[in-house]
Amino acid sequence: MSHKQTPSQTVGPYFAYGLTPGQYNYRFAEVASGSMADDKVAGEHIRIIGQVLDGEGVPINDAMIELWQADATGRYAGDSDVRANTGFSGFGRFGTGTDEENRFIFDTVKPGSVENGAAPHVSIIVFMRGMLTHAYTRAYFSDEVEANANDPVLSSVPEGRRETLVAMRNEEDGNVTYRFDIHMQGDAETVFFDV
Amino acid sequence: MTENDTEREPPGIGPRDWKSHPAYVSPEYKSTVLRGPTKPLVPITHSLSELTGPVYGAECVGELDHDLTRNGIKDGEPLGERMIVSGRVLDEAGRPIRNTLVEVWQANAAGRYIHLVDQHNAPLDPNFFGGGRCVTDDEGRYRFLTVKPGAYPWGNHPNAWRPNHIHFSLFGPSIATRLVTQMYFPGDPLLEHDPIFLGTPEIARNRLISKFSLDVTEADFALGYIFDIVLRGPDQTPMET
Ligand SMILES: [Fe+3]
Repeated sequence: MSHKQTPSQTVGPYFAYGLTPGQYNYRFAEVASGSMADDKVAGEHIRIIGQVLDGEGVPINDAMIELWQADATGRYAGDSDVRANTGFSGFGRFGTGTDEENRFIFDTVKPGSVENGAAPHVSIIVFMRGMLTHAYTRAYFSDEVEANANDPVLSSVPEGRRETLVAMRNEEDGNVTYRFDIHMQGDAETVFFDV
Repeated sequence: MTENDTEREPPGIGPRDWKSHPAYVSPEYKSTVLRGPTKPLVPITHSLSELTGPVYGAECVGELDHDLTRNGIKDGEPLGERMIVSGRVLDEAGRPIRNTLVEVWQANAAGRYIHLVDQHNAPLDPNFFGGGRCVTDDEGRYRFLTVKPGAYPWGNHPNAWRPNHIHFSLFGPSIATRLVTQMYFPGDPLLEHDPIFLGTPEIARNRLISKFSLDVTEADFALGYIFDIVLRGPDQTPMET
């Protein structure tokens, strides 16, 4: 018997106390936050940071970003990856309403390459008021030039748009930050995939 | 584990059915105009990155998380019409999706969210929080106790009111099956005026409307509604046996 997919609807402006309650100071335990990796997690500790910008370049203050990634050895947590061997959950959530610049901020580790030929990357799901269906994209890393050049997904993207998928590395005082802004529209519109 | 198991790929997921889901830009819903992507989506062949996803089981659900009539109590019962909402989470082949996290959030009976940004001039209820979660059982079932959310105004157009609704968030087995949606109520006169509901292709709208059920209703306690949710399923329909 075939069943039809339940339609998507917007996350709306009031998701915070249900989905990111700790970040927004609501008294409800949360299942995920922007703090994805404590000191015990192996790998290069990095911060991924960025804004979500609307068609006029204005930072959006009621978006929610979800991030999913492999650990530093390229393995995903959970049952679907039979190689999984790690305590790293690989999943983070952050709303853009608490930072004064409306940024999302994930403290995590840099993922390893998951499969032969695939460059390290994180999966990103974008929700917001004003979007009835979520959007899916990936962030690659600017210091992985050779791996990026060989990545099958990145290579399938029109050349002029690939840079929208590359997070820019910055090192300061020993802290590694990658900047990844998400442009919903315009000339620099981020590549979103039909996942 | 056999050698074959170590080679096992996670099951494939069929495509998002764009005839079922709202378009990104839906001008009647004004905020979509500057926020929805306008360039065509780029096709992607699913890899492990899309076919895996976070796993949240019973360990992340607190004792009262499914019971919104009790999880926000300070000094009394929440006001409003108590209700039960339950249903099954299925894939497109009709198979139950077990042990998957279902998260909900909603307004109180007066149509007010506890969220600080919500400044609607309706009372907060000191005994109602409005957020909850549970995990589906072996048959894919979930169940929440709550109070019926009120309608509330929003700024989309003059005299704009959201129909009564509960927000739902589900994972399913992978990133590809992720779904955030809203459940509506049968017979709500606001539905035909709501650009968010109407942003959904007409053919799919009734899938967002719960059904009143006397079987789920509990005598002297609460009205019952059924809301089944279908997530994207296997890329090949299994053979009927
Ligand atoms: Fe709402």
